[in-house]
Amino acid sequence: MPTLHLEIVTPEALAYQAEVEGVIVPGVDGELGILPQHVGLMTQIVPGELRIQQGGKELRMAVGEGFLEVRPDRVSIMTEMAIDEADIDEHAAEKAVALAEKELKDQTLSHEEVALVQSSLLHSLAKLRVKRRHHH
Amino acid sequence: MANTRDIRRRIKSVKNTSQITKAMEMVAASKMRRAQQAAVAGRPYSEVLNEVLVSLRDHVDKESHPLLAQRDVHKTLVILLTSDKGLCGALNTNVLRDASLLDTSTTLFVAVGRKGASFLARTGRQMIADFTLPDNPAFLQTKPISQFCLEQFLSGAVDQVNILYPKFINTLVQRPVNLQLLPISIEKADGMVPSPNASSSLERPITAEKDSENESSEIGEYLFEPSTQSVLNAILPYSFHFEVFQKILDERASEQSARMVAMKAATDNAKNLVKDLTLEYNKARQASITTELLEITTAQMALG
Repeated sequence: MPTLHLEIVTPEALAYQAEVEGVIVPGVDGELGILPQHVGLMTQIVPGELRIQQGGKELRMAVGEGFLEVRPDRVSIMTEMAIDEADIDEHAAEKAVALAEKELKDQTLSHEEVALVQSSLLHSLAKLRVKRRHHH
Repeated sequence: MANTRDIRRRIKSVKNTSQITKAMEMVAASKMRRAQQAAVAGRPYSEVLNEVLVSLRDHVDKESHPLLAQRDVHKTLVILLTSDKGLCGALNTNVLRDASLLDTSTTLFVAVGRKGASFLARTGRQMIADFTLPDNPAFLQTKPISQFCLEQFLSGAVDQVNILYPKFINTLVQRPVNLQLLPISIEKADGMVPSPNASSSLERPITAEKDSENESSEIGEYLFEPSTQSVLNAILPYSFHFEVFQKILDERASEQSARMVAMKAATDNAKNLVKDLTLEYNKARQASITTELLEITTAQMALG
């Protein structure tokens, strides 16, 4: 079975690197499936769920904003966040969402704080989406 | 002859100082480890980003984007990275010496760190903004800084943005570097990948041979979704923000390393000083005992 080399990097670390059969990413225009032999591509991704097909199994990750680059030798995903489904703490994420929503509603934050809270809210929501879908 | 009590007092004060420098050394050492890790952790990301920019190069008209287009340079903006606190050896001095060589009339400064800000104020340079950051800044905390510089560049207030910072080579060596960030010159993106012999502690083993591989792999077709322009509009500012973030982490790693080394030297000096002073103290004590004995024997002899 043909495979492609997938590499997921965040500013903090190299989050994932392996030969995989395919990957589905949350693109700006909806979900985007990448299989081996895909044509060269450069696009943006949005916070959401990333699915990796490897060895007949599916691995899910929550990802933040970033970019996807497909080239003949490999697929690179650069994102602000990449967390394995198993490492997501649902309660912590729920709490973070509640706190962020409250902070945004109170409107006591400065401009840059709002940006910070908004982005962490999107990240937490993406984590929850990944976690919950799996349970049902 | 020196008074024994004075010497004792000096020994005590030097010992106290060495305790403080020892403590600072330990604190700096643990902070250094964290700062170095943070600086290293961003490298895979930065390499992939650079590779993407390099592969974009062939598909994009250079003049088509304001962040890529070279302009005649009338004004340069320099982001000056220094530490907030002193006691870190010659780190800030070296950076500020380089800063003082820049042309006063055509250079505007953005100071990150109090030492740089006070230097610019003292020497009457054109400082247009002054930021301070916590010890381990997050990407979103450095973003207002890079956003500010980006706006200055796009509005035409400056034609080039550089960053002047102490580059982390290794724990003992930090070298001031003045690097152009805007307009983004993609050719340089190759060179910004850390060279393999730059530092043993910061080396990244995983994709060391990839560069040569990339040169040969021709990418024929290349799609941009939704469009070239929108991807460029997203990735170019992003790479600038990230570059600034990465340099700030580098500065932090340099700062803590320099502080640890400086404090280690101070502790060692204090120890030597205590040794010398103890010797002197013992000599003085012996001398006074000898004198006393002499006086007693002389007195006895005179009586006898």
